[in-house]
Amino acid sequence: MNQFQYVRPTKQKAAIDAFGREADTQFIAGGTNLLDLMKRGVMNPTKLVDINRLPLDRIDRDKGTLLIGALALNSTVAEHPQVRQLHPLLGQALSAGASAQLRNMATVGGNMLQRTRCYYFYDTAMPCNKREPGSGCGALEGYNRMHAIFGFSDKCIAVHPSDMSVALVALDATVLVSGPKGDRRIPFGGLHRLPGDTPQRDTNLEPGELITAVSIPDNPFTKNVHYLKVRERASYAFALVSVAAALHIENNVIRDARLAMGGVAHKPWRLTEAEKSLIGKLATEATFRQAADVAMQGARAFKHNAYKLKMAPNSIIQALKQAAAVA
Amino acid sequence: MADQNPDQHPTGPKPGHNGARRTFLKQSTALTAFALTPGPVLKAAGSAWDEKVAAAIEQVPLRLDINGKKYKLSVEPRTTLLDLLREQLHLTGTKKGCDYGQCGACTVHVDGQRINSCLTLAVMQDGKKVTTIEGLAEGEKLHPIQEAFIKHDGFQCGYCTPGQIMSAVACIREGHANSEGEIREYMSGNICRCGAYPNIVAAIQEVKNGGQKV
Repeated sequence: MNQFQYVRPTKQKAAIDAFGREADTQFIAGGTNLLDLMKRGVMNPTKLVDINRLPLDRIDRDKGTLLIGALALNSTVAEHPQVRQLHPLLGQALSAGASAQLRNMATVGGNMLQRTRCYYFYDTAMPCNKREPGSGCGALEGYNRMHAIFGFSDKCIAVHPSDMSVALVALDATVLVSGPKGDRRIPFGGLHRLPGDTPQRDTNLEPGELITAVSIPDNPFTKNVHYLKVRERASYAFALVSVAAALHIENNVIRDARLAMGGVAHKPWRLTEAEKSLIGKLATEATFRQAADVAMQGARAFKHNAYKLKMAPNSIIQALKQAAAVA
Repeated sequence: MADQNPDQHPTGPKPGHNGARRTFLKQSTALTAFALTPGPVLKAAGSAWDEKVAAAIEQVPLRLDINGKKYKLSVEPRTTLLDLLREQLHLTGTKKGCDYGQCGACTVHVDGQRINSCLTLAVMQDGKKVTTIEGLAEGEKLHPIQEAFIKHDGFQCGYCTPGQIMSAVACIREGHANSEGEIREYMSGNICRCGAYPNIVAAIQEVKNGGQKV
């Protein structure tokens, strides 16, 4: 790991000021992804601003929202009574991610900012437009079985690895951000970017902007929810495909629905058209099949990930069935 | 407070170095000092000066309680907690497996929570209480989980065992050892390439079901 300057401010403003204008500065919280990338030489910051002493780990209910501090640990949030009661989908998604040890380190803010696990991004001997803009995409014609089926570009076909983010985009969360130019709120769906011509930018955060919290509005999705994660082993692996499904069912009729997928795009992939197709219908497998068809429109596979074109709709159907408790 | 004894730790900073550096840091930040030093002085002092400045930037003070013993240390910011334990303090019970948070061999407890010590900087844990595998037994009396691992043959080569044991203790304390399935899920961050999993699960279940204090 390269040398870097290390500072540990105790005030939010000091942390943002410490970020300065230096392009190579990074905030560090849990460090579970950043240190991994620094050891491999994928990221080489010259300055780390340790934000762990900032008072940003509270979880509070306020005016019809649940406010989760950016430094709340993944394990804490997953088991928090109000999260389990009000947003069980989020708890399920968090518990499906990483390992118990990593969840004790990883924070909510860091989880949503984790980088792709694309092999070509991680391997500094390979071309990667995300790591080194202009060097090319190794995955495009390479070993692309983990890669995107939606929203990719010819510059990058990587997928976003977070489980938590799939639940948060489904739950209409808002990200609270503080930066050199003040505070702002970003709807969760607008946090992450599609790769386009600038895959080096994962998110719409500006340099020096710090995520301070995520806010989730109250919703009726407290019972019929399911986070389905399909992976190569039963636990502790990134998703091939994951589905966050939330239904509000009355008398077997779907009144409202939320649906999002992970492992299929450069950002957590909200399926709004599929959601619309569910509303007003009976909670049956036939309804879910039709929603899966809608969800898959526009999907396109590469040489090694064509299996996702079947796995994704099947996972949507399965997740909806489990959410609705339909056998 | 037991300062780190440089004599016992040949890889640590040399005697005398620490005090000088701390005083230097106290007076001003290294960078300011560098900036305020007139050019001719720097030039005259030559490379010896540069080395002192570099050392001041590279080392930061750190206090840790490790297995009940208090340490006043000085580390490079890039030192992981794992490397501090193994290389500087010679607590080699904690193992370096993958060094990327994928295997769990480096599992330790920080303020009672299990973490991967390879994926955290030592400086990030300043002021915290660390427990390693060396701190689990009480003198000659092994921890119940250690006893159970021996009884159930919960290892073959033994390399993952310190991490498995630290994780197993936490798994029970967290309340995630209520069934075989739950144990397997909550122990999934610890890889055993010898495949001793059934015996590890049996060891955890025995301690959990025996109601022993962990």
